[in-house]
Amino acid sequence: MADANPNPMANEARRPLSPHLQVYRMTLTMFLSGVHRVTGMVLYLGTLLLAWWLIAAATDAKSFETVSWLLSSIIGQLVLFGFTCALFTHMMGGIRHFIWDAGYGMEHPQREYLAQMTIWGGIILSVVVWIIAYAIR
Amino acid sequence: MTDKSPSLRTPMSKVRYLGSARSGTRHMMHTRLTAAALLPLSIIFVCIVVSLVGKDYNTVRAALGNPFVSIVILLFLLAGIYHMMLGMQMIIEDYIYGEHTKQWSLTANTCFAIAVGLACAYAVLRLSFV
Repeated sequence: MADANPNPMANEARRPLSPHLQVYRMTLTMFLSGVHRVTGMVLYLGTLLLAWWLIAAATDAKSFETVSWLLSSIIGQLVLFGFTCALFTHMMGGIRHFIWDAGYGMEHPQREYLAQMTIWGGIILSVVVWIIAYAIR
Repeated sequence: MTDKSPSLRTPMSKVRYLGSARSGTRHMMHTRLTAAALLPLSIIFVCIVVSLVGKDYNTVRAALGNPFVSIVILLFLLAGIYHMMLGMQMIIEDYIYGEHTKQWSLTANTCFAIAVGLACAYAVLRLSFV
């Protein structure tokens, strides 16, 4: 038997794939699984912002003031709030995965409760953190 | 029992390495481990950042240069960057089908993770020692 075809999309290897998004009704659990991946991607790109902020702090006052000014603008605050939501939603999703890894929460209605925890926990934690940040500034 | 093209690969080697990832549970375990480490580390990191909101430049410099803060941020970076590299690797393995594109994307992912991690760590260390 020849070695595995390196390109699965080549003619002789194109096999019928199993459609999912075109077939199944979008449930909350499905949606949150996608959200977990998307928030991970957003956080991946957000590390660039973190690197910028840290390097500016390590360099001089002027570059740090540029970053601070940008982050304290309306758009900057929206971006930061978005990152906070991404972080906490991803974290809650990660806890959901840990619970599944332990073997719990896969039946109905537990998985619905976990889905609610993920989305609401993420939003509520983000809002709480931001209220605290604004209160102490 | 004659093969179409005789291969030096044994059936066992084909069974082991046919998957798109070319490896197994190590990445999954490392993802879980870094995720567990990131639970406390990212919460502490968020607390550090929140405590620096609206503070002047010198306060921020002093806070980030503090040994405890520096070490925690470096740990957060280590676990976080590795975790993000593994996660992105999964995304690439899932969605990119051309073998060459996939390999180059995986390499780019590793380079990005190392570059960003090193840049952040450099900044934190510079704040600690200057």
